[in-house]
Amino acid sequence: MTLNAFYFLSFLAIMSAIMVVLSKNPVYSVLYLIITFFCIAGHYTLMNAQFLAIVHIIVYAGAIMVLFLYVIMLLNLNKESEPHKSNILKFAATICAGLIMLVLIGSLKGTENMLAQQPAAADIGLVKTLGKVMFTEFLLPFEITSVLLLAAMVGAVMLGKPESR
Amino acid sequence: MSEFLIYKLILVGSVFGITLFVAAYSTYAERKVAAFLQDRVGPDRAGPFGIFQPLADGMKFIYKEEIIPVVSNKFLFVLGPCLAMLTAMMAGVLIPWGNTLIIGDQVYSLQIADLNVGILYVFGVVSIGVYGIMIGGWASNNKFSLLGAIRASAQMISYEIAMGLSIIALIIMTGTLSLGEISAQQAGGVGGDWNMWNVVYQPLGFLIFIVCAFAECNRTPFDLPECETELVGGYHTEYSSMKLGFYLFAEYINMFVSSAVISTLYFGGYNFPFMNDLGLDHNTISIIGTVVLFAKISFFIFFFMWIRWTIPRFRYDQLMNLGWKILIPLAVFNIFLTGLVMILLK
Repeated sequence: MTLNAFYFLSFLAIMSAIMVVLSKNPVYSVLYLIITFFCIAGHYTLMNAQFLAIVHIIVYAGAIMVLFLYVIMLLNLNKESEPHKSNILKFAATICAGLIMLVLIGSLKGTENMLAQQPAAADIGLVKTLGKVMFTEFLLPFEITSVLLLAAMVGAVMLGKPESR
Repeated sequence: MSEFLIYKLILVGSVFGITLFVAAYSTYAERKVAAFLQDRVGPDRAGPFGIFQPLADGMKFIYKEEIIPVVSNKFLFVLGPCLAMLTAMMAGVLIPWGNTLIIGDQVYSLQIADLNVGILYVFGVVSIGVYGIMIGGWASNNKFSLLGAIRASAQMISYEIAMGLSIIALIIMTGTLSLGEISAQQAGGVGGDWNMWNVVYQPLGFLIFIVCAFAECNRTPFDLPECETELVGGYHTEYSSMKLGFYLFAEYINMFVSSAVISTLYFGGYNFPFMNDLGLDHNTISIIGTVVLFAKISFFIFFFMWIRWTIPRFRYDQLMNLGWKILIPLAVFNIFLTGLVMILLK
């Protein structure tokens, strides 16, 4: 049951991830990306991490992708307004993407001896467990992340402010 | 196992049916309340007091000509209302519709699923609810629809933040995310055992939550996405027939579900005063509790309508100012206050 769900979700996630790249229409790309996020949330649920799954949906599918969709819909991209990039840029992009693929394959090579592990306990993804770990063992990284978010927020406000005369 | 499955299926089926029934009769109630507030009669032709009006409306929607604009994106145009309906129906799974029923030696809970992330699931559903409107508005290929859709999404994202923050104070107090447990904690009430509903401890949080619920449901005074004076019909300008019906219907379902969430979180859910002093057996109390919950929900649906026919619509900048500059700081202040009191009481 769990295994079948895993294969189904993985298939759906990979298919829609490929469709993100292949779609001609940017709005379709965003919609496929949303399906991918839902599949990943499904994987989290399979690993007993309900909190992570639901936060993933709220933050990525619910907030970030809505903003993406928002911008793309307003830009009204279509065939006529499609920007034409020079060949050098396309060449550079291909090389960059190829290098990233190389790095990913390299990092995956080491995992082939690893056994798939069952989650340590059923309550590992519960809010209580997560909160306890976050506020004791990983307090410093957690606080530093919050500073990082604050910096990003201040930066966004600075950029969004109308220029003073 | 199969018995468990059958019982859950019956529960899902009845919640589905009741949700649709309540939503259908909300449309009738809305027109009757509007008529009452404006000193009119309201619908009174179909059946006694116009009681069959929702059926007549439904029939009309189905038999209307269905127009899909030629320039629209057909698949997404159909997907929009379906998504709006689907996401509206999803949150009902989490609501505890009543206490447990004990039949024989089996205990049956009247909640379909008590997830330990309960309230966050409701937020997840609310946050993906915006897709139905956005996709429909964009696929119509109409500037007014697109503007309506964009207004709707900006409004919903803005008010989701304040809504989430107002809930955090409640979670600090109750110490759980599960809606079932939050309901159970408010048991008793006035009577032998003094135990107040959460609204007594969280008046500010409740106020913020209900304002945000209005905004999330796109109800007046926050119904700018379909502001007819500026946008023709908003995101559903191009829609006709049952697809328009789905959008309108989804709004009433959202209203029903948010009334249920408000009743559960702040007004004791299925609990009522003196419930432990009546000396009745467990099942009777549970059934009365369910009836009481529906009475509370009906009150909040009436409240939604009352506000709609009393207060005029905001301007868009006023809406954004209220959301970002008033509600969010207030919600943060509320969290701070709740945390302080919780520490002092320890």
